[in-house]
Amino acid sequence: MRCEFADSLLQGYFDGELTGASAAEFERHLQHCVDCPVELVDLDLLRGRLQVARLYEVAPASLRRKIYAELRPEAPKTVMAKPLVWQWLAAAAALVLLAVAGWQLNPFLRTDDYQAEVAEEIVEAHVHSLEPGHLTGIRSADVQAVNGWFSAKVSFAPPVHNYSKEGFELQGGRLDMVEGRTVAAVVYEHNGHRINVFAWPTRERDDAPHAGSRQGYEWIAWRKAKMEFCAVSDMPAAELQPLQRLITD
Amino acid sequence: MNDLDAEDWQRFEQLVLPHKDNAFNLARWIMRNRVDAEDVAQEAFLRACRFFRGFHGGDARAWLLQIVRNTCYSWLEKNRPRELMVEFEEELHPQAAATPESIAVAGEDRERLVRALENLPPRFREVLVLRELEGCSYKEIAAITSMPIGTVMSSLSRARRQLHSTLANPTNEEALHAV
Repeated sequence: MRCEFADSLLQGYFDGELTGASAAEFERHLQHCVDCPVELVDLDLLRGRLQVARLYEVAPASLRRKIYAELRPEAPKTVMAKPLVWQWLAAAAALVLLAVAGWQLNPFLRTDDYQAEVAEEIVEAHVHSLEPGHLTGIRSADVQAVNGWFSAKVSFAPPVHNYSKEGFELQGGRLDMVEGRTVAAVVYEHNGHRINVFAWPTRERDDAPHAGSRQGYEWIAWRKAKMEFCAVSDMPAAELQPLQRLITD
Repeated sequence: MNDLDAEDWQRFEQLVLPHKDNAFNLARWIMRNRVDAEDVAQEAFLRACRFFRGFHGGDARAWLLQIVRNTCYSWLEKNRPRELMVEFEEELHPQAAATPESIAVAGEDRERLVRALENLPPRFREVLVLRELEGCSYKEIAAITSMPIGTVMSSLSRARRQLHSTLANPTNEEALHAV
């Protein structure tokens, strides 16, 4: 036998939807009712469980692309981007080249356009970051702060270190979306060059690094301990390699 | 297809497009899979664009979500009418929805919750998603679903009760596993 308020006031009280007077009245009821306090605890447990599970699913970047392709009026105005965003975009563009190049070089590893699709999504994600409120990130050289920031946002832990002794200064981190999945980007700087190390969980086996370059961008991609990595920068590959080794070892 | 001039488009881009994740998430939970959700969300944006001149400010997210919801139900009525007829049917087969990656990342409990949520009747599922994932107030849910606030409250209550019992009852769990 459930309390008569279980489907009404109890829900409103739990959701913080009652007015002050009604809430006070319901609290008086709570002191006498044997069922409502128990249900309140159950509701709270259920909510906690739903929140922990990260059920929210964000749109794949392809949705934005389709909407724009279909709806944007002719002769779209180009928006002047901030320099920071362009740096990200450049890194993302390099990733696209990585995917295409990787696919051409090694047809056994990249037997379809999947990687190219993923890279295209990364570009989309960066365009997306132009929208107000979507550029999230932390700017810090403090490993713990960056780690803490990531751990509050994603359930995987991208490796974050400050290799300042080796010349790779930690700049911070941010998140991006690739195919509706969250990827981490750890940002370093080396002799004035910005390096983005993208990382996301994978089920694939470890894979030795392969590197390449296109239009002045150097990239190294590898898989280690169920994580997919891609470091991108505009500096020579020989200078990027030490960072790859530092992260992997 | 598009009736908006450059100026309207700019407003649309500022007010409506930023809610595309909200649109997709709601569609994903009503449709129970990402592929249909993307199609329906795209269709909803088309409609939103067409109706945009009739939108005179206010809560753009609620306005868009109302369109998303209606688009979802039109699609379901046309393509999967059976889903809308059942109030609660135990053998209603949940579809695989979460990607392997997302499950691996968020753990097994996510998978279990996804199945339990997807086994709820659509009208219960949507209020729960709007409240728990989207953080909508009762008033917003009422506006999006065109239900009176009292119905929102009782639907939420029944949705929570059903979800709770599905998760607590091992027989239901097994039935879901067996699918």
